[in-house]
Amino acid sequence: MELVFELSKEGRGCDLLPSCDVPETAISEKFARVSAPRLPQLSETDISRHYTKLASRTFGVNKGFYPLGSCTMKYNPRINEEVAGLPGFTGIHPLQPEHTVQGCLEVMAKAEEYLCEITGMDAMTFQPAAGAHGEFTGVMLIKAYHEKRGDIKRTKIIVPDSAHGTNPATAVMAGYKVINVPSDPEGGIDIEKLKAVVDDQVAGLMLTNPNTVGIFDKNILEITRIIKDAGGLCYYDGANLNAVMGNVRPGDMGFDVVHLNLHKTFSTPHGGGGPGSGAVGCKKELEEFLPKPCMGKCGEGYGMCCDRENSIGKVKAFYGNFLVVVKALAYILTLGKEGIPEASKMAVLNANYMMQQLSDTYEAAYKGRCMHEFVLTLEKLHHETGVSALDIAKGLLDEGIHPPTMYFPLIVHEALMVEPTETEGKDTIDNVVAIFKKVYNEAMSNPEAMHEKPVKTVIRRPDEVRAAREPVLRYNFD
Amino acid sequence: MGSYIPSTQKEREEMLNAIGLDNINQLYDGIPSQVLLHRELNIPSGKSEMEVRAEMSAMAAKNTVFPHIFRGAGAYNHYIPSIVKYVSAKEEFVTAYTPYQAEISQGVLQSIFEYQTEMCELTGMDVSNASVYDGATAAAEAVGMCRERKRQVALVSATTNPDVIEVIKTYCHGANATVEIVPEKDGVTDMEALKSMLCETSACFYVQQPNYYGIFEDCEALGEITHASGAKYIMGCNPIALGIMKSPGECGADVATAEGQPLGMSLAFGGPYLGIMACTTAMMRKMPGRIVGETVDADGQRCYVLTLQAREQHIRREKASSNICSNQALCALTATVYLAAMGPDGLKNVASQCISKAHYAAKEIASVKGFELKYGGEFFNEFVTTCPICPDKLMGELEKKGILGGLPFEKDGEKLILWCVTEMNSKADIDMLVNTIKEVAE
Repeated sequence: MELVFELSKEGRGCDLLPSCDVPETAISEKFARVSAPRLPQLSETDISRHYTKLASRTFGVNKGFYPLGSCTMKYNPRINEEVAGLPGFTGIHPLQPEHTVQGCLEVMAKAEEYLCEITGMDAMTFQPAAGAHGEFTGVMLIKAYHEKRGDIKRTKIIVPDSAHGTNPATAVMAGYKVINVPSDPEGGIDIEKLKAVVDDQVAGLMLTNPNTVGIFDKNILEITRIIKDAGGLCYYDGANLNAVMGNVRPGDMGFDVVHLNLHKTFSTPHGGGGPGSGAVGCKKELEEFLPKPCMGKCGEGYGMCCDRENSIGKVKAFYGNFLVVVKALAYILTLGKEGIPEASKMAVLNANYMMQQLSDTYEAAYKGRCMHEFVLTLEKLHHETGVSALDIAKGLLDEGIHPPTMYFPLIVHEALMVEPTETEGKDTIDNVVAIFKKVYNEAMSNPEAMHEKPVKTVIRRPDEVRAAREPVLRYNFD
Repeated sequence: MGSYIPSTQKEREEMLNAIGLDNINQLYDGIPSQVLLHRELNIPSGKSEMEVRAEMSAMAAKNTVFPHIFRGAGAYNHYIPSIVKYVSAKEEFVTAYTPYQAEISQGVLQSIFEYQTEMCELTGMDVSNASVYDGATAAAEAVGMCRERKRQVALVSATTNPDVIEVIKTYCHGANATVEIVPEKDGVTDMEALKSMLCETSACFYVQQPNYYGIFEDCEALGEITHASGAKYIMGCNPIALGIMKSPGECGADVATAEGQPLGMSLAFGGPYLGIMACTTAMMRKMPGRIVGETVDADGQRCYVLTLQAREQHIRREKASSNICSNQALCALTATVYLAAMGPDGLKNVASQCISKAHYAAKEIASVKGFELKYGGEFFNEFVTTCPICPDKLMGELEKKGILGGLPFEKDGEKLILWCVTEMNSKADIDMLVNTIKEVAE
């Protein structure tokens, strides 16, 4: 379809502003722009139709089943959007005096209180704008902790080989060397191999539990104990908290610092990639290092202070993606102490039910009980028919459902990682299971056709190699 | 209690039976008892939608929404066209994930491609990424792009927004790299100091244009000085000012960054905002973040995909230059629609109204005894005045009239105010502001 620039007509536009009611001041030639930006010239009709068409070429979780493993694509309630749009939140300048932003501060204080209780942490910051940003913030807290103690020999962060790529990338951004530890056959951390790499140079461990293959590592207390005994700290990647929230708390598993993805676990939407919120919680001993300013209860009301002298500094301007925190708070208030643990149990039930229903056709990479997600391996299918995990995923596109996460975690060959979430009903899962099986049967009966899929979507498979080799990253107006 | 779980009790039982369980708590049988929470969470009981709406609305009502805002300092009050809010609230855009499956994500991908094009046009740079978290993290990531093995020191002008300096420092501390602040002179970067500080270990120099005090820096000269030392040149911009101001590309920047909030995002107590990042082709493969590229599909039809992913963490893991794996897609869409609604003339008009109204306001405020323009340089929509009276008292009186005054700050013991004026402030607003200042001051 056409780009917004191709719709542009010289002389079109929208009438949006009154004319200037003060004497005009022109920018001097020294600072004035030479060439005007070629922005599109469109009527409001053009704009409305163009983006309505783009919306129709976009698949969101409110449109259909979206079992993207590790991403927790749960339904995004409308009430959360509505309260985040209240002028009393959207119209507030971040540098207003404290007495004029008591509502904003209350939102953050309440969200902090409830999320600390849910995670078993003592303090929290909402500055990080995304999960990876939270990881960076959390590992910087670990760094500040060791630095303050003068313990500068700690140069390593331990990361399991099943971890999301952001974990090792984060450790490096915080100035650490990454030590990878292999997983055991059950997908958990190999304890003996962990012991072998732990020494007095270890600053910390980054881990998610349930792990990235969807299994709860039952050795978790021993794992965190091994790190603690060596003087390190334990970082909980909250990617998989939706499996256990309200039932198991990272703080009770021995973790010192945790990031949450409010846009996943607490249902604030992903927005096609963002904005999210990577809130970071920590235990008392790390609180002094949290980003500035410190926000919270202050006498009768709420306040902010900047005298956190050991703070790691700021990781973002102002206080984070505030409106995302508003949505997360509305979600927590809705579910409450009963609904939070129930949501996790239902996420786990849906995943186990779906895995069981698929088990006569698809091979699970790890047998037994899964948590909120499970990993299928299509290695055998690939070997026998040449149909890959990618082909199956593309086949699912033709059936109107978003495919699972492909080729992750890296330790499973031909992986498809499925996370149905709690906001799908049994009937939806039953339908989807039938579709998964139908696609599998097509792969067995006509493997060649699978490489051509999808055929029903607005575009067919894109040439990604060409995109990377001959990058065209902007419209050229020629 | 509210819930978004569709399955009925009967369906739940059927599912449990299918997996051989009779109680939902058995799902956690494999979890060691010591880590299970054997109690209720200590948070309130769940509430109905009506109660939640009331509770959240009550909190919103405790904030003061100022009808007249004369404060900027990194967050700017601009007009947001209705079409912008309407498009960016579309459910498909709001509830999609990162566009991994290109075949069903062409809408998001194309909107990002359009965004990238608009950012290249605004900044005069060759390549834009799909956006990062905000202007401050964009600056910090840009500094990271410029570091080389023997060039580890980032120079940052003292005239930069203090939050941006703080974030750059945090990121550099992470990377065990150094930040040095280039002093200011008369409200702009001290060029002689910059010359003396640049050396063979300098990675880059970062300057904000217009700077924190609203003043235009001589960005071409700063660029030449920086490049003479072999360091890279980063300019942090105000995207509205780019409607009339010389672009980073025209000033010779290697990397341009900006806080994109003025392009259609509400003030929202500081976020979500938008981090704009664009660079020269030479720096392209060092740029962090998602990038969308054009290609063709199996039928030869034009389409868009996430590309140049060999830079990123999910492929390079510990060798990636940044851990970022998302963008602010919905905010980028907001900016794209904003610029489409404004068009080239509209953006120029907004920028012209900002500079005109700021100059009118500056002249009027400076006519009040004791309120003098602190600096002589040419400015855009912000300027600094002295404040001969207690700033808190002044702000309190302004607040009574629904006015959020400029940001009071102190420098070398002197009381100053950083004012901001945009197209949202009518002449009548400005006159009311000035009259109130007069009443309080005289």
